[in-house]
Amino acid sequence: MKKTVIFGALTAAGMAAGAAAAGTLDDVKARGTLNCGVTTGLVGFAAPDANGEWDGFDVAVCRAVAAAVLGDPTAVEFVPTTGKTRFTALASGEIDMLARNTTWTFSRDVDLKFTFVGVNYYDGQGFMVPKDLGVSSAKDLDGATVCIQTGTTTELNLADFFRSNNISYEPVPIETNAEAQQQYLAGACDVYTTDASGLAATRATFEAPGDHVLLPEIISKEPLGPLVRHGDNEWGDVVRWTLNALISAEELGITSTNIGEMGAGTNNPEINRILGTEGTLGEMLGLDADWAMKAISAGGNYGEIFEGNIGESTPIGLARGLNAQWTDGGLLYSPPFR
Amino acid sequence: MSDTHAHSAAFVRTEQVPPAPPPASATGPVKWAKDNLFSTPLYSVLTVAALYVIYVILGNTLPWIFSGVWNTSSLAECREVLDGVSGGCFSVLTERWNQLLFGFKYPVDQYWRPSLAFVLFFAAAAPVLFYKMPRKLLLFTAIFPFLAYWLIWGGTILTPILALVGVVAGYFVYQRFVAGSFAAGFFGGIAAAFVVWIIGGLLIPDNANEGAMLRAVPSRDLGGFMLNMMLGVACVSLSVPLGIALALGRQSDMPLIKWICVVFIEFIRGVPLITLLFVASVMLAYFFPPGTTTDLFLRVVIMITMFSAAYIAEVIRGGLAALPRGQYEAADSLGLDYPQAMRLIILPQALKISIPGIVNVAVGLFKDTTLVSVISMFDLVGMIRGPILASTEWNGVYWELLGFAALLFFVVCYGISQYSQWLERQLATDHR
Repeated sequence: MKKTVIFGALTAAGMAAGAAAAGTLDDVKARGTLNCGVTTGLVGFAAPDANGEWDGFDVAVCRAVAAAVLGDPTAVEFVPTTGKTRFTALASGEIDMLARNTTWTFSRDVDLKFTFVGVNYYDGQGFMVPKDLGVSSAKDLDGATVCIQTGTTTELNLADFFRSNNISYEPVPIETNAEAQQQYLAGACDVYTTDASGLAATRATFEAPGDHVLLPEIISKEPLGPLVRHGDNEWGDVVRWTLNALISAEELGITSTNIGEMGAGTNNPEINRILGTEGTLGEMLGLDADWAMKAISAGGNYGEIFEGNIGESTPIGLARGLNAQWTDGGLLYSPPFR
Repeated sequence: MSDTHAHSAAFVRTEQVPPAPPPASATGPVKWAKDNLFSTPLYSVLTVAALYVIYVILGNTLPWIFSGVWNTSSLAECREVLDGVSGGCFSVLTERWNQLLFGFKYPVDQYWRPSLAFVLFFAAAAPVLFYKMPRKLLLFTAIFPFLAYWLIWGGTILTPILALVGVVAGYFVYQRFVAGSFAAGFFGGIAAAFVVWIIGGLLIPDNANEGAMLRAVPSRDLGGFMLNMMLGVACVSLSVPLGIALALGRQSDMPLIKWICVVFIEFIRGVPLITLLFVASVMLAYFFPPGTTTDLFLRVVIMITMFSAAYIAEVIRGGLAALPRGQYEAADSLGLDYPQAMRLIILPQALKISIPGIVNVAVGLFKDTTLVSVISMFDLVGMIRGPILASTEWNGVYWELLGFAALLFFVVCYGISQYSQWLERQLATDHR
């Protein structure tokens, strides 16, 4: 908690310095590139490939914002941040936005003075067990040994879950995800628990991924989303509505393949408003009329980005689950474009 | 007498036995093994146990190395090729070779620049490391930092030339005034260098980097083992002189200088390096107005240099303390002033005593450069832990990558250690 206070104080200092500067949107336009904070590497979410090009689910958000603001999805300067440097990088103005699988929490929003513009991935803590164990529900895990990273919220969530279900477990404390993989594979624990996306990515690296199953129970809420600094609402709106445009595009059936066709005008007024053929939404944001069209063309709509980076056709193989559109029983629900 | 002898003995040899080679059990490898490996039952047991351990280790690692796969493009493909056989997926090294050495953002067509700088580094280091080389080669050593800067970062050639001119100007001012007073020469030289840099900095146009002969590469694009080497070389070569100055300062009779040095050394030694690195990367950004921050690489070099200089100062202070009092008095009685006494009598002996300690700090420093990965600089370890292990192709390859990193670091550190032992033998003037 002490650390949070320090970060908070620093953030306040950074805000004071940043408040005098011009709006972030103008800065980005003048600079010609978007400084986007990403992780130093997380499978499927952000990693440079063999040619040094950044790629991934979070990276796609950066590219969409760059396309919307600057018209060029490659006009992004990716600033890799670690869990320790991410918030100071944003608060000090080194980056314009942070898209780094960061959980939206009260203290980060209020105390650290950031604005989470939305959720691009609903994560939650899950369990992975070997198939041989013959377990189909986390409630059958009475007496199991559980590999758990120490000092994280996952540890507390786990204790809460087992206590509320009145079953017992034996924790095997471990330090890093890499260590957890080795311990779990060596049979030091029956169950490995961490965020569900992390479990899926970890399972994808196993020699025999089919021998391990993810249990259906998700025992915590981890909404991950892009964030910007407090105090610059115009810029926050740009990032928020770019993300919403990607989500709405999937809901309305706008894809990277049919966008050219739809951009010529359709019978659906909402599609027309998003793509800029009707209304003045782009102008209200301080962007071109076809801002959303460029953003969606950058990497496709939300569903296409999901499938291309972490979906079931990739080695990571995540199901949509909570991240399906609200019309399909998921939580993705973009406010209307009007 | 001979008669009695003939009767009491059954046989008397009359000729000398011809010399024969010692029996097999008392010579060669058998004897060596008997003496060294099986001299007592306990040792025999230990030998057998050790042999078994070596067999188990090699029996598992050698097949793993020799049946390794070198030419696949992902971990899944590699496992398919191996088909259950134990073997390393070394193809991650071949596929990501350039990223491991240069980071993932250095322009591919410019790799020759750091490579050339690396080769020239040996030419520049040779006259410093081997004192029998012609002294004139030191001129190249003096130019090398500026040349290497220009090669690696590119951009306008005016920047390194300006830096060089500043240093030369400082040197001449120092030469001019040092005869009068060491302090006047020293501080006058530093002031002169800064004057040249500030005036020259105003003269270089802002767009000088455009159309430069070598394309400018920002510090953020440096990475891989190149970054470790650059940090290691820069910090070691800067921290040794700074460490000497601090050690001498700590022994100074002037209270102000003495206390500045004491406080600096004790403060820096009392703070973990990782804290200093966080200060360099995170905190300093708050104190500069946006857009005027110093280069991150430079900040890190300053922090690591300060850190290792404090340690080296203490090592050299140990060397100074080990010199007999008579050496200081001898220098005084010859009529040498302080700089002369230090340069000619005290430091050559004190530094010789300090070599093992300095090398120890240097090796530690070189390995500590991997800590920059926590402030999101992509050195060798940062590349492995970040981009490479996070790529969908290579997530899950640990032994091959970290083993390779260990190998690179071992080669360099073992080289440094061997050099220092050679140097100690060369400088041994006592009769042991």
